[in-house]
Amino acid sequence: MEAKQSLRSSDLKKTFPIKGMHCASCVRVIERALSRVDGVSAATVNLATEQASVAYDGNLVTDQDLASAVESVGYKAVLDQKVISEDERKQEKQKELKKLRSKVIVSLVLGGIIVVGGFFGLSPLVQLLLAIPVQFWVGLEFYRATIPALKNRTANMDTLVAIGTSVAFAYSAFVTILPQVVEKIGVEPMPYFDVSTIIIGLILLGRYFEAKAKAGTSEAIKRLIGLQAKTARVVRDGKDVDLPISEVAVGMVIRVRPGEKIPVDGAILEGESSIDESMVTGESIPVDKGRGDSVVGATINKTGTFTYKATKVGQDTLLAQIIKLVEEAQASKAPIQRLADLISSYFVPIVIMLAIFTFVVWYIFGPAPAFLFAMLNMVAVLIIACPCAMGLATPTAIMVGTGIGAEKGILIKDAESLETAHKIDTIIFDKTGTLTHGKPIVTDVVGNVLQLAASLEKGSEHSLAEAIVRKGEEKAVKFLKVVEFKAIPGHGVEGVVDGKRVVFGNRRLMVREKIEIDEKKIEKLENGGKTVMILGVNGKLAGLVAVADTLKETSKEAVNKLQKMGIEVVMITGDNKRTAQAIAAKVGIKKVLAEVLPDEKEKEVRKLQSEGKKVAFVGDGINDAPALAGADVGIAMGSGTDVAIEAGDITLINKDLASVAAAINLSKKTMRTIRLNLFWAFGYNIILIPVAMGILYLPFHILLNPILASAAMALSSISVVSNSLLLKKAKI
Amino acid sequence: MSSDKILVGIFGLLGILFTYWFFLMKKEKQINVVSEVDITVSGGYSPEVISIPKGKPTKINFLRTDPSDCLSEVVLSDFKIRKELPMNKKVSIEVIPQKPGEYKFTCGMNMYHGKIVVK
Repeated sequence: MEAKQSLRSSDLKKTFPIKGMHCASCVRVIERALSRVDGVSAATVNLATEQASVAYDGNLVTDQDLASAVESVGYKAVLDQKVISEDERKQEKQKELKKLRSKVIVSLVLGGIIVVGGFFGLSPLVQLLLAIPVQFWVGLEFYRATIPALKNRTANMDTLVAIGTSVAFAYSAFVTILPQVVEKIGVEPMPYFDVSTIIIGLILLGRYFEAKAKAGTSEAIKRLIGLQAKTARVVRDGKDVDLPISEVAVGMVIRVRPGEKIPVDGAILEGESSIDESMVTGESIPVDKGRGDSVVGATINKTGTFTYKATKVGQDTLLAQIIKLVEEAQASKAPIQRLADLISSYFVPIVIMLAIFTFVVWYIFGPAPAFLFAMLNMVAVLIIACPCAMGLATPTAIMVGTGIGAEKGILIKDAESLETAHKIDTIIFDKTGTLTHGKPIVTDVVGNVLQLAASLEKGSEHSLAEAIVRKGEEKAVKFLKVVEFKAIPGHGVEGVVDGKRVVFGNRRLMVREKIEIDEKKIEKLENGGKTVMILGVNGKLAGLVAVADTLKETSKEAVNKLQKMGIEVVMITGDNKRTAQAIAAKVGIKKVLAEVLPDEKEKEVRKLQSEGKKVAFVGDGINDAPALAGADVGIAMGSGTDVAIEAGDITLINKDLASVAAAINLSKKTMRTIRLNLFWAFGYNIILIPVAMGILYLPFHILLNPILASAAMALSSISVVSNSLLLKKAKI
Repeated sequence: MSSDKILVGIFGLLGILFTYWFFLMKKEKQINVVSEVDITVSGGYSPEVISIPKGKPTKINFLRTDPSDCLSEVVLSDFKIRKELPMNKKVSIEVIPQKPGEYKFTCGMNMYHGKIVVK
């Protein structure tokens, strides 16, 4: 049961249960064993809670080390506690629900007998006997919550119910035991046990359904936690050994057969297979993988058998990171919630004051019997007020919204990002690696220059150089020796090959070298969206090499979808204008920001923001972190297994560009749900509290029966939670 | 106006004033925490306001003894933490706040409030 908010990843603290402890001496033994592990700075063991707390360096110590240390002295460390605590939690919740259900049945049955019996002259004394267990056994939880709350000078829903039902019960008990006293003041001694019992029954019935519905809002996270594999088949000394997942350590070799779950993250050593990663990344088509490829824990191996080396275990796996991110997002607060927060802190005391006010006004100015009117209306005010609906309006929708996102491979960092995303009117796509695959290829070679270009580029670290060298290898050219190699930033490269001075780069380099170029040919290639590099030998033009990055298949459709939503799509790139325009035209983007250096991307984001635009930036999260952070919403495209989850406000681990539109749609639908919830929760209280106070009595002679008030109250929070659950059905 | 009505009027007014004073004019008692604090969750949070140092890990142990469903979760939204609080089981949360200020924590339905003051 430990949550951490640690900033240095290497400096960790972990609390985990220990099994097999029976005396105080065990404490010292385990503490010593844990302290002896290299990298552990402190270890304390608590006999009462049977838990160990260890502070350690995450780079030096693994869960396996801690488990082995505890095992070496004869005890067992339960490091796989997430699964256990989830099960425990579920059991406890079920137990609570069962108890609640029986309480609802008892109160409604006894209340029903009182209501029906009332028509047939059931004696008030019998009614009192039937009402006592409802008031003090079923209703005990209202008192148990009210008394400590009053000690703390706070109040909540339970306080209102406790006061309301106690007033009705106390009055009824009084007229039952001492009817002559009320008769004397001219009031018919009629008990209201039906009110006290049915209110308790209905409110608890509401809570029962609300609890059931609320469980549905966190289904997504439970499903993600449930994806974790329980065991792994580790290859040890040539034999397969089944180990609990908590004992799998980095570096272990694991065998996976067809149809099995891949236990932890790793890289394939031998074999190949098709892997269904949909449950974790949301990517629907199985991916073919072979030697060297990385695999993700909790995904399903479809066809072949393979062995792989574990590279990430425990809390470091992709699944664990996703779970952590979703949990954090679900705990964060959306700015729209602020007003509800403010109101809820004053709500209950104000309702109590309104209830007293109602009593006084009805008693002084109401018709006879004034006391009865005053009491019943006061009880109605106390019972109808529903602060829970306001409290539940935003968080339940955020929980469902972030959960749906996670299931579709859209990870939302916090509620604020989810809220902001629906206001986005401009989206900037980084070209390389986002709209395109980010792997340029050589498309044209003009003149016999490939050998010279490839030889020269072998020494370069530029991203385009790799494409040219690869082309040279493909064509099996002989790489020549280069001397006096020099990279000229922003221009290209130069060197001496075979005694000839060779320069290779852009126009600027040619101007510098005073080499005349064939502008027409270059333009033609650039108009096709290619980046052209020019090769000059001994001061004369020798040829051209054109390189192009291929567009992703989904780019055009994704851009089109966003434009249809009324969002302006902008492409940003370091390419020259003509090349950039040509690529943008292919995907249907009209506005292009070309020749932008990587560190200037953030400036362009700010420029658009200063024009009053709400800007989202879509990038790969690797070299555009400042732009992602500067944008109103930074959307990072995950690169499959190695996801920089922290890079953006929203991370698309499914690598699907269409998810940008889906994320914005999800934000719009979630916000619509929240607004409807808040409108309902506020509207309900604003309209029905005055009705309960009797505002409609003068014009229409309408008063709200306290039993109806309790039914409305129960329905109001259920409807808010159910509305949030409807979000699950929304198409995004 | 009859005397009982005058009495009800006076007591009603006093009741309203008392309710205002009792719930809304409560003085916050702040507890200074060095590295660890136990907060009892029963009809609210006790202690309700804790003061913790900036940049240092502080362990907050919640122990719920109140069956109210409202209190079955604690939310520290500024730290992005939402934790279930099973009855009579200690749940520890560790925070390392980086900025001074006031951070609220609430129950799952935002009815009960507590505050972490970071200095």
